[in-house]
Amino acid sequence: MVSIFSLPRIRRSLPFPPRPDPEMPAPQCASCNKARAALRRPRLGQALCGTCFCAAFEAEVLHTVVAGRLLPPGAVVAVGASGGKDSTVLAHVLRELAPRLGISLRLVAVDEGIGGYRDAALAAVRRQAARWELPLTVVAYADLFGGWTMDAVARSTAGSGRSRSCCTFCGVLRRRALEEGARLVGATHVVTGHNADDMAETVLMNFLRGDAGRLARGGGLGSPGEGGALPRCRPLQLASQKEVVLYAHFRRLDYFSEECVYAPEAFRGHARDLLKRLEAARPSAVLDLVHSAERLALAPAARPPPPGACARCGALASRALCQACALLDGLNRGRPRLAIGKGRRGLDEDGPPREAEPEPSGPPASEPVPAF
Amino acid sequence: MCEVGEDYRESAPGGPPLTRPGREQKCVKCKEGPPVVVIRAGDAFCRDCFKVFYVHKFRAMLGKNRLIFPGEKVLLAWSGGPSSSSMVWQVLEGLSRDSAKRLRFVPGVIYVDEGAACGRSPEDRARTLVEVEQVLQRVGFPSHVIALEEVFGLPPSVLRCFAQEPESVGTEGAYKAAVDSFLQQQCVLGAAGEEPWSQPRPQGPQSLAGPPTAVQTEALSGLFDSVKTLTAKEELLQTLRTHLILHVARTHGYSKVMAGDSCTRLAVKLMTSLALGRGAFLAWDTGFSDERHGDVVVVRPMREHTLKEVAFYNRLFAVPSVFTPAVDTKAPEKASIHRLMEAFLLRLQAQFPSTVSTVYRTSEKLVKAPRDGCAASPPGPRCLLCLCTLDVDSADSATAFGAQTSSHLCQMQAPGPQAEAGTPTTLCCCPGLGGAQGCCASPPWTPCRPTSWPRPSSAARGPGASRRSKRICWGTAMMRRCPVGAEVRALGPHPTRNGQARTGRLPVVVHMYK
Repeated sequence: MVSIFSLPRIRRSLPFPPRPDPEMPAPQCASCNKARAALRRPRLGQALCGTCFCAAFEAEVLHTVVAGRLLPPGAVVAVGASGGKDSTVLAHVLRELAPRLGISLRLVAVDEGIGGYRDAALAAVRRQAARWELPLTVVAYADLFGGWTMDAVARSTAGSGRSRSCCTFCGVLRRRALEEGARLVGATHVVTGHNADDMAETVLMNFLRGDAGRLARGGGLGSPGEGGALPRCRPLQLASQKEVVLYAHFRRLDYFSEECVYAPEAFRGHARDLLKRLEAARPSAVLDLVHSAERLALAPAARPPPPGACARCGALASRALCQACALLDGLNRGRPRLAIGKGRRGLDEDGPPREAEPEPSGPPASEPVPAF
Repeated sequence: MCEVGEDYRESAPGGPPLTRPGREQKCVKCKEGPPVVVIRAGDAFCRDCFKVFYVHKFRAMLGKNRLIFPGEKVLLAWSGGPSSSSMVWQVLEGLSRDSAKRLRFVPGVIYVDEGAACGRSPEDRARTLVEVEQVLQRVGFPSHVIALEEVFGLPPSVLRCFAQEPESVGTEGAYKAAVDSFLQQQCVLGAAGEEPWSQPRPQGPQSLAGPPTAVQTEALSGLFDSVKTLTAKEELLQTLRTHLILHVARTHGYSKVMAGDSCTRLAVKLMTSLALGRGAFLAWDTGFSDERHGDVVVVRPMREHTLKEVAFYNRLFAVPSVFTPAVDTKAPEKASIHRLMEAFLLRLQAQFPSTVSTVYRTSEKLVKAPRDGCAASPPGPRCLLCLCTLDVDSADSATAFGAQTSSHLCQMQAPGPQAEAGTPTTLCCCPGLGGAQGCCASPPWTPCRPTSWPRPSSAARGPGASRRSKRICWGTAMMRRCPVGAEVRALGPHPTRNGQARTGRLPVVVHMYK
C-alpha cells in the first residue's frame, strides 16, 4: 500500500509503487495490529491502516462537535458545499454521524458566477446530493446581489494597476450568500469545511497583512452567532489537509479538485506557499500555528468594536454598514474599491446610492440594493 | 500589497514608485545635503540627518519606555554582529555626550563564545577572541567574555523565576522619583568633585573562569551534535545563551540586559515563534521588555531599527564588529524554521517593501496578558525552559483536546504499544558530562530504538512523565518531538529514577539518538 508520508524519504525516482525497503518494512497498523499500515498521521506519526484511520478521523470530528457543543440535537444544519474536497468530506462525515448527533442536514451551494470553474463544481455537488439523498439548494450571486457575478466584479476592479482583490469580494459575499441560503432552507446552524491548514494560512496571512482585528477575532472553533446571525462552526478545524485528502481517498469520495480561476492573484498564495514549506520542514507546523492562533493576546484597542446591526440590511456589522452592503455600494457606484482600505472615505452611509453616478459596467444604479 | 488599511489612490501608478536619488535630489529633511541613503522606500537622507535620525530612534525607544533607571547597571549582550555592535556603539556615544540628555546608566558588556556549538576549531575561536578583545578595549566598558561551555556549571536556580518587588516596576511615579533622587545625588557629588560612575574605566575583559577545558568543549559539541534538526539546535542555543547571560547578570549585580535585536530580526522571530507554537508568548519574545525571569529584565532598544539602517550606519560611521559564524551559517533555506521564515520574509519584503514594518506594527499590539481576561487568576505554573506561564492547561482549547483524542484512540485500540509506552518515562539524571549514553542503555521506552514508532504521546505515558510534560509549554514540547529522530529532554529539578538528589549542574540534557 502506498504510504504518502514515506514518499519524500525515497531517493530513487518513482514508478509506483516503490520497492519496499527491507530494513524498514511498513509497520503494522497501530490500532488494529492486523493490517499493514497505509499512512502515518502527520501530528503524532502513528501508523494506521485505511479503515482505522477513517474511524479515527470520524471519531475526532465527532469529539470536536460534541466537546465543543457545536451542533445540539435537533439542529438543522446547512452544510456549505462547494464540491471541493473539504466540503465533500464534511458532508460525508456529518451524514455518517447525523443519527448519533440527532441532526438533519441540508446542502447549500453558492454559485458565484465564475465561468469555467463554478459550473463544473456545481455538477459535482449535484451528483453528491443525488447519491446521498440530501436536499440541495443553490443560491447565486446574480440573484442575491443585483446581478453582480464574480466575473463582473473582476472586470469592474481590473485595470487600476493594482490587484483585483477578487477574494475580498468573493469571501464577504459568499458568507452572506451562505447565510441567505441557510435561512431559505430553515437551518439553525451553518457549517463549513475549513481545515487546520486553512486556519494556519489565515493566521499567517493576518500577521503579514497586519490585520489585528481579524487576529483578535479568529482562532476559536467558530462564532456563536451574535446579533441574529446563524451560529457557524468548522468541525474539520483540527484535521490537517493531508488527512482530509486521505479520508476522501479511502472512502472513494467524488469531488471537484481544481482551483478557482482567480486564486493565483490572492495574497493567500504567499501564506500557503510558506505553510507548505514549513510543513515540509516540520509536519507539526500546522497544528502549532493553530495552537498559536488560539492564544494570541492582542491589546484591547486592536480588537474590533462590538458588533451592531447594518443600517441597510440588518445583518451583523461592526460599522454602520455591513461589509457586504459596503462592497456592493462601491460596485454599484462604479468605485469598487470604496469599501476596501481604511477610512472608507466618501461612503455615503445614509440612503440608497445616488442615481446620477455614471455606471461603467454592471447594472444601473437606479436598481435598489436588495433587502435581505 | 494587500495590506489592511492601505489607502486607495484614484490613479495608482503601476507598481511602487521607484525613485532613485538623482543629482538634483536633496535630503528630504534638511533639503541641503546630498543624500546618501534611502530609508523607508523613498526618503533620502544625508549623512548627518541620518545620524540624527538613527540616534534619535535609539534614545526615543529608551526614553519612551522608561524602564532603565538612572544609575542602574545594564549588561549589553554583544554577539559581535552588526545590530549589537551598533547598540554598544550607541551606548558608548550616549554616555560620552556632555549634555543633560546623556545616558545615565552603568553599562557592562558580555560576549558569549559559541564556537563549540558551531563546531569551530580552537584556533578559529582563539583568533576570534583576539579580535573581540581588541574591540572591547576600544569600547572600554567592564566586559565579560564567557564561553558557552560554562553553561554546564550553572546552578539549577537559573530555571527558577525570582519574584520581583512590585514597587520597583516602572510606574510613572517610581521613574520620576528615581530620576529626581539621582539628580539630587549628582548635585551633591558634583559639589564634591566626584563622578565615580560617569567615566567608564577602561577595564580588560574579565572571564568567569579560564578557557574551557577540552572535556567541556567535547560535551557541548556532543550535546549539539545529538540534536538532529537545526530548528531545535537554534532554540537550544538561544535558551542556553539566555540562561548564561542572565546568570552573569545576576552574579554581577546587573538588573537589566540589553539585547540588540533589530526590527527585521524581530519580525522573523515573531513569525518563527508563531510557527513553533509560541503564540501565547509573542509579547515576551518580541516586545521591548521581557520580564519573565523576574529580577533581570531583558530590553530591546534596537527594535525599531531595520537591518538596512543598521548596516548603513555601521558602514558610514565605522562601527567595529566581529563576524562569527553561527549555527545556521551557510545552512540551506529548508534547514530550519528560522531560515525558512527569514528567507520568506526577506523575499516578500523585496516585493512588498512594507512587510517587515507591518509585522512589527502588529507585534506592537500584542500584550502580555492571557487571552480573554484570565488575568485575575493567579499566575499558573511556568515552563521549565523558557519560564513562560504554561499555555497547555486550558481544557477548552481545540488543539490540546485534539492531541488527547488521537492518543486516547491509540490507547484504546492498541494494547501492544501501550504496554511499552505506559512505563513512566521519568527523568534520567545525567550530570551532563559522561552519562548521556549510559543512561540510554536500558530504558524500556521505545524512542531509543530507531525503527519503532509510534512515539508515545504525552497523554499515553505514565503519571511521572505526564507530570513532567505539564511543566513545559507547547513550543518546547513540540521541540522535543522533532520528527527526524532526536528528542531534547528537558529536565527540571527532579530527583533521578533512583531517587538520588541532583548535583548542582544545569539540568539540560540531550539524549543521543541515532
